[in-house]
Amino acid sequence: MRARGPVLLALAVAALPLALPNKYAYDVAILIGLNAVVCVGLNLLIGYAGQISLGHAGFFGLGAYGSAILAARYGWPTPLSLAAAVAGVALLAWLVGRPILRLKGHHLAMATLGLGVIVAIVIATEDGYTGGPDGMSVPPLAAFGFALAGETAWYWAVGALLLGVVWLARNLIDSPRGRALRALHGSEVAAEMVGIDSARHKLNAFVLSAALAALAGGLTAHYAGFITPAKATFLHSIELVTMVVFGGMASTFGAVAGAAVLTLLPQFLTVLKDYEMVVFGAVLMLTMIFMPRGLVPTLEKALAAANRRAV
Amino acid sequence: MSAQFAQYLLTGVTVGAIYALVALGFAIIYNASQVINFAQGEFVMVGGMAAVSLANAGWPLPAAVGAAVALAALLGLALEKLAVEPARGAPVVTLIIITIGASILLRGMAMLVWDKNVHALPAFSGETPIVVGGATLLPQSLWVLGATLVIVALLAWFFNRTLLGKALLATSHNRLAAQLCGISVRSVLMVAFGLSAALGAVAGILIAPITFTAWDVGVMLGLKGFAAAILGGLGSGAGAVLGGLVLGIAESMGAGYVSSAYKDVIAFVVMLAVLMFLPGGLLGTRASDRV
Amino acid sequence: MLLRTEELSKAFGGVAAVDAVSIAFEEGAVHALIGPNGAGKTTLLNLLCGIYRPTRGRIVFAGRDLAGRATHEYAAAGIGRTFQNLQVFFNMTALENVMTGRHLLEPCGLAAAALRLPARVREERACRLEAEALLEFVGLAQWRDARAEAMPYGALKRLEIARALAARPRLLLLDEPAAGLNPVETAEIDRLIHSLVTRRVTVVLVEHNMKLVMGVSQHVLVLDYGRVLAEGDPAAVRANPRVVEAYLGAEAR
Repeated sequence: MRARGPVLLALAVAALPLALPNKYAYDVAILIGLNAVVCVGLNLLIGYAGQISLGHAGFFGLGAYGSAILAARYGWPTPLSLAAAVAGVALLAWLVGRPILRLKGHHLAMATLGLGVIVAIVIATEDGYTGGPDGMSVPPLAAFGFALAGETAWYWAVGALLLGVVWLARNLIDSPRGRALRALHGSEVAAEMVGIDSARHKLNAFVLSAALAALAGGLTAHYAGFITPAKATFLHSIELVTMVVFGGMASTFGAVAGAAVLTLLPQFLTVLKDYEMVVFGAVLMLTMIFMPRGLVPTLEKALAAANRRAV
Repeated sequence: MSAQFAQYLLTGVTVGAIYALVALGFAIIYNASQVINFAQGEFVMVGGMAAVSLANAGWPLPAAVGAAVALAALLGLALEKLAVEPARGAPVVTLIIITIGASILLRGMAMLVWDKNVHALPAFSGETPIVVGGATLLPQSLWVLGATLVIVALLAWFFNRTLLGKALLATSHNRLAAQLCGISVRSVLMVAFGLSAALGAVAGILIAPITFTAWDVGVMLGLKGFAAAILGGLGSGAGAVLGGLVLGIAESMGAGYVSSAYKDVIAFVVMLAVLMFLPGGLLGTRASDRV
Repeated sequence: MLLRTEELSKAFGGVAAVDAVSIAFEEGAVHALIGPNGAGKTTLLNLLCGIYRPTRGRIVFAGRDLAGRATHEYAAAGIGRTFQNLQVFFNMTALENVMTGRHLLEPCGLAAAALRLPARVREERACRLEAEALLEFVGLAQWRDARAEAMPYGALKRLEIARALAARPRLLLLDEPAAGLNPVETAEIDRLIHSLVTRRVTVVLVEHNMKLVMGVSQHVLVLDYGRVLAEGDPAAVRANPRVVEAYLGAEAR
């Protein structure tokens, strides 16, 4: 039973190329995969630990620009620049997380929002390093003469990464660390009373999710060959949180499903041109009103109810 | 006091008054429903844009202003009825996403109904700057400050002296107890949303002659108003006003003396700094869980 | 003495909820903390388990002064607690609640957990078995896979005890374990507390149910206005005129 989910996901990843008609479709699939990586990490923080971050696009952007700047402006080999960017973001998250996670609820939301906005503005303003609002070009991911290039190669790379991240996340959740996070969410005082150092576990979840966001950001930059500050804005942070909530909090597959649906949706909506925003906003509102716990839990409940009736 | 300092201070207080009005809107809705209305900034935008388009269509300014505020209030009521009420009991994060969806919806509609250009409203009483101690003050700034003072005074009277205002406060403290006292929570919520939207619209209209308005002004203004509300202590009306003024002045001073490129960052840096040392905000309550 | 306090005080603003309390709890016994409402019992309990920081005084547990330390450090020292207002993990099943209680006994590295190393898998199985045994011990075996939010009140009170026991505490603080329970459920709590002593767990009980208190404890402390009013074995305390007066007023004398 435990293995069913990951196996299905692996099959989906393996079989999907058969349904992808052209390069553009591969592009969307890769985008979904990278968003899903961020969402799985963000879900640990929001869905399991019960915290909130409205600034995760900041970590995504820092990972992207960090790797891009080290590689393009300082000539670092790209695997190294990527690793350094992720490590740097993890360190930043650790430093910033300690004081910030003392806050709760809306205050935490606003503090993370503020951080994200500050990062986005700095990226857009320091155009000497970052190329400013117009963005900068990014060298491809390459090592020992081999470059990871082309939609097909990237598809398999991202697919493998996603499967790996999902597997790691699920293992973590089924361990005492995962239970500690869920306990924090259930009752922080009771969690402390069974010996859970709530500050430390919150921080771990925060840093881990930041590192995953940075990794996805860096990979996005190297894949696209280009990066703009739009990827670090408040709006992108909101998209990420929405993917997690829409898919279903405290559900790793929910995070993946949410990423998939909400990455695809704008693609379909572009045909509506000027009506895109209106429809997107309306869809967000309606789905959250009618499925407040998110897609996957709502479906699970419906399935369970159907099973009971069938018995 | 140097003329430059006075200039920055005046600008800061003017902008701060606008932030205060937006923050009050957040505070009123939060108090009534525990919801953070991320669409608050859009009410500011609607106020300004509606007033501009009506004025351009030939309406006399007072009528355009009145109609714009009324429109915003109606949108606030619609938001409460159609989006917030059906989702009562949903987790906090879900409610946040719903209001964010509403803000995206409103911005999309604004883009369709109006356009993507920047617009200006004619100043209420002309544009001749007034010289005060070496600094210049636009007459519109006086309107902003005057109107804000009047509104804050009216709100204080409303919450402390009228039955409806007290009902709003009661609902914010304990919804069930308020219901048991015969207070219709649904009506209270509608009043809260309508009032907040109207406040936002007024702010948008007041500032439109100075900083202009466009379909997307709501985003930053909303965020900064929210930051001001948190800075002052979420749920405290006085805190919202104080927070708005502090942010406005800090922003103006920072932009003038430190770096104008990073003007927008200042508000958030100040807010973060305050939250680090006073997690409840300047005037917020330091509540602890009862176990 | 397993736990000893010296001049322990906690003030909220100007009000001294607990005022210079110096008490001692012997290992292996069941102690009760009683007193009228507002006497400071829950505040004292919160101090003893580290949820409140004392304004003054020392809390010496097994020879170590814990005053001022973080809550989870009290737990690590060997103090467990149940709550008057249920603090069950409603987002988990009963079994998961108890498994979480075992947190201190399961050091778990990030890599070992994420990679699901064989040692980790074995530990997980052992954790599950022990949690099941504890559920059995408190009589909740049939609720094993039930979501906590679906369980009845009486069962949840016992679940909190099972969760607290999972950490193998030396001292267990029970905050009104019988509150809101009917006589049958209360008798079950009585039986449970008796069996805790055989597990070498020292118990400190805050309770209003006098029958339970008198029947199960060896040592009773009476608090009033944040101070110790009387202390002794149940019979002596019950006969103490000052205790009667505190509960029932001077008329009752």
